[in-house]
Amino acid sequence: MSKKLQTADGVEHAVSRKDMTRAQWVWKEMKTNKTGYFMVAPFMIVFFVFTVIPVIMSIFLSLTSFNMLQPPKFIFLDNYIRLFLDDDIFITAVKNTLIFAVITGPTSYLLSLLVAWFINELSPKIRALVTLVFYAPSIGGNVYLIWGTLFSSDAQGWVNGWLINMGFINEPILWFFDKKYVMALCIVVALWTSLGTSFLSFIAGLQGIDKSYYEAGAVDGIKNRWQELWYVTLPVMKPMLMFGAVLAITGSFGFGGIVTALAGFPSVEYSCWTITHHLDDYGGQRWETGYASAIAVLLFAMMIGANMLVHKLLAKVGQ
Amino acid sequence: MSKKLRTRKHQVVLNRSVGGDAGITFFLTIMGIFMFLPMLYVILQSLKPLDELWMFPPRFYVINPTFQNFSDLFSLMSDSWVPFSRYIFNTVLISVVGTAGNLLFGSMAAYGLSKLKFPGRDFLFNLVVKSLMFTSTVTAIATFITMSLLHWVDTYLAVIIPAFGSTLGLYLMKQFMESSVPDATLESARLDGASEFYTFWVIAMPMVKPGWLTMIVYSFQGLWNSGSSIYIYSEQLKTLNYAIGQITAGGIARAGASAAATVVMMAVPILVFVVSQSNIIETMGSSGMKD
Repeated sequence: MSKKLQTADGVEHAVSRKDMTRAQWVWKEMKTNKTGYFMVAPFMIVFFVFTVIPVIMSIFLSLTSFNMLQPPKFIFLDNYIRLFLDDDIFITAVKNTLIFAVITGPTSYLLSLLVAWFINELSPKIRALVTLVFYAPSIGGNVYLIWGTLFSSDAQGWVNGWLINMGFINEPILWFFDKKYVMALCIVVALWTSLGTSFLSFIAGLQGIDKSYYEAGAVDGIKNRWQELWYVTLPVMKPMLMFGAVLAITGSFGFGGIVTALAGFPSVEYSCWTITHHLDDYGGQRWETGYASAIAVLLFAMMIGANMLVHKLLAKVGQ
Repeated sequence: MSKKLRTRKHQVVLNRSVGGDAGITFFLTIMGIFMFLPMLYVILQSLKPLDELWMFPPRFYVINPTFQNFSDLFSLMSDSWVPFSRYIFNTVLISVVGTAGNLLFGSMAAYGLSKLKFPGRDFLFNLVVKSLMFTSTVTAIATFITMSLLHWVDTYLAVIIPAFGSTLGLYLMKQFMESSVPDATLESARLDGASEFYTFWVIAMPMVKPGWLTMIVYSFQGLWNSGSSIYIYSEQLKTLNYAIGQITAGGIARAGASAAATVVMMAVPILVFVVSQSNIIETMGSSGMKD
């Protein structure tokens, strides 16, 4: 009997399963366990209305031409064809999103893991303090705007002022408004705010590892902390690694808000234009809802695809 | 084979070299400075008098600290078109109601998904896990249509109700209940004739206090930091974060007040975290994702 079909009390019922079709059995189970549905219903109704159904709606709308005023007109794959063949800015957006995701995703993930691992052996009080220092930028609202002040385009900006004063440059650099620097700066700011929930999850995961694993590892001939990390620590905390990876991927592909706040909308010559920006542009400003839905569906597919890929990679940990 | 065995104050540590320790300390220090300096700079900026804000070359630290910027911030607030108390009321209302709803709905669902068995349970939990894999930007357009159909655009409901169904808190609570509420305890309550809701509310919930606190902190942080929403047009319904953004956008003349505003806005979630840190870490202990 599969797990799903056991009843809450685990007691076998008088009527054996063999007397019924599968549908009858499931229906009977549903009636016996209706409390379960009552408990999850309030949450699930909200979750379906504002998350699950919108995903399905987006997929449907992406196949239509729709402007919120006239009824949607079915045009099959035209939106997707237009995106890839007739929209250079979208191609730029895909390229930038991939650059952001490939750099910030793994870097913030490894940084969270390394810092969590390094502070694991500190005394609890110091560990709590270091955790706060690293975690605070990710929850401090729009505190990242301070990077705009530090790297302000005029000589009053701290970085420009310092460089001019030291004689490295004569003219202030336009940092967030210069094609050469804006991408790198946005990546740095993104990393600065990226030690979030996955970081806390890693800290907790490391704290929860039973010390006997390390002792057994040492007996089995593990020679240094790096071997210990790879062969003992990481395999034990694989579930946390999965959870952290999911959050890192979601964060790095959904990147865009920081760029808008610091480098403007659009950023200079679309140098930091991401898929999120393209989506805002067509969905929130031009009201080309069908076209914007196609963008949303592609972003959704990229995020889910990246998750599946990383899932496969993480299966190799400790081997 | 002899093993290098070093002791630290609180535990015995195997396989540790002095060189490694030094390297790690160095790396952590550099990273710590990188993380901390911008935070420190915001605080210092908020304490600088006007002449120090415009000093050339700009100084990192403050010479004559003053709270002038904070009182400027309050006088700017009292000049705003909509009374500033209205923005504060909106943010508090949204944060409190949204968090309470998320806590109640989320923990009920967490209990159902972790402690009750019914057909479709695993399917529902899988959907929740999948939902962590994409951001709400993906669903924003379709959600806007839903909001219009419900006539919720430009009402508090558009911001508060979706918060009830936020999945990260539910996920953490479900994992935490699974690992820290023993089935046997629930079973004996049921045998004593307790209803399922009573078992959930009176038996299970007190066992997962760190879990609630974590849900509260997450939901509160998200709602507190929420700025302008595409579902809200009326100035009277906008949030504190939006209003403070308007002050910050006032440009150069308001550099001091805007630094003060940033400090006020970041202080609240950071203080909440400081108070609840140990509980959150405890909850995170079961945050892992099994295949």
